[in-house]
Formats: sequence, structure tokens, C-alpha cells
Amino acid sequence: MPVRVQQEDFDAGAEIARLRAENPKIGAVASFIGIVRDLNEGAAVGSITLEHYPGMTDKALTSIAEQAKTRWNLLDVLIIHRIGTLAPTDQIVLVVTTSSHRGDAFAACQFVMDYLKTEAPFWKKEVTAEGTRWVDARDSDFEARERWKCGKVGKA
Amino acid sequence: MKLRVLYFAALRERVGHAEESFDAPSNVANVAQLRDWLAQRGEPWSVAFAETRRVRAAVDQTMVDDRHALHDGAEVAFFPPVTGG
Repeated sequence: MPVRVQQEDFDAGAEIARLRAENPKIGAVASFIGIVRDLNEGAAVGSITLEHYPGMTDKALTSIAEQAKTRWNLLDVLIIHRIGTLAPTDQIVLVVTTSSHRGDAFAACQFVMDYLKTEAPFWKKEVTAEGTRWVDARDSDFEARERWKCGKVGKA
Repeated sequence: MKLRVLYFAALRERVGHAEESFDAPSNVANVAQLRDWLAQRGEPWSVAFAETRRVRAAVDQTMVDDRHALHDGAEVAFFPPVTGG
């Protein structure tokens, strides 16, 4: 269950190939890539800088991946999150889930992202034409996480 | 009770430093009490905590709620809601 926090970019194709290499049990791979947009809250974004809490990040991401594995029949989970300064079109985050059938892989991939958005200690600071600002958390991100609670969405 | 307190993101900038260590008074037993005690020390903590919406906390690198109990030697982090991904 690999979890990585790094400055360098990642190659999703190569990561997926490595994750599923020589595992004939895998029947489905779901992946999500988060990308820096050029517009946020109405302002043009020149770059963003991602800060994190080094002691806690690995622990939080590993815990999210473990929760996904408890909830769905997964063979593996991969999470890569970048830190440092990134520009629009740069990749920020990669989540890959593998399972025997697509339902588990799809649901778990979304679950991991929804939890990562609200539980993993990363913070974005944007440089826009109007100056530098910390990105505010969105209520929609909390709502996205909440719907996984109380068994509202779960194992098929 | 010896504590190591860390600040991140906007809260770190408002406090003006990333971490501090101190002996907390005996009436500081949980996260909310620590935050209130820090804020009542005056600036920059009072302003930093007042200006940061929905400050969250972690104890020993795990996200916790306000009533979470502290222990001697704990690492307590305060930060704004996370915005990764």
C-alpha cells in the first residue's frame, strides 16, 4: 500500500504498470489525477505552493488507504501527492486503486480522494494577479466526505 | 506538562513562527484549553487564532477534536482546514 509525498512529477502510466505488474488477480484499475487549474475563485492563478506537515502526512494518507481497504475488496492502493511550487496544468495528486471488479476500484478511488481533501495535512497557497493568498477549504469537500459516513454509500 | 506546539499555513504566518515548546499550566488538559490559553497570552496568538477560521488540531500527528486530552510530551499542531488534493 504505497504512499509517497514528493516534489517531483509522476508518470501515472508507469505507476499503474508497476502496481499491477504480474498480479493476475487484478481485474480493475481506477485512477484519479488532480491538476492545478489556471482559475480559482475568479482569479487567474500563476502558481501554487503546497505546504504539508511532514510528521503527519504519511500517517494520514496510510490511514485513509487502510480505511478504503477495510471498506472495499481492494488488492492495492497507491497515493502520490506532490509538494512545493506547481504551475497550472501540473499534476498534484495521483490515486490508484486495484481490485478484482470495477465497483470496488471506482468507489474506493473516490473515497480516498474525498478523505484526502479533508483529512490529509496539505495547504495550498496561490499566487494570483491580485497577490498571494491561502486557499480556503470548501464546504463541498466536507459534504463529499460526510456522504461516506453512516453507511450512506458503501459496499455494493 | 511539557508540550511542543506546531503551527501550519496561514496560522503559522500569523503567529510568526512554526513551533514552540513550553510547560503548560495545570489547568490546560485538552486541546480547547490549550488553544484558549495560547490566545489569552496576547499577540500574536490572540490575533492569529481569532483571524483563522475553524482552526483544527492534531495531537501526535493524528487529527483530533477540541476535547482530546493532552499528555506530557505531546506534539500538538494547530492549522486551518486542509486544502490538498
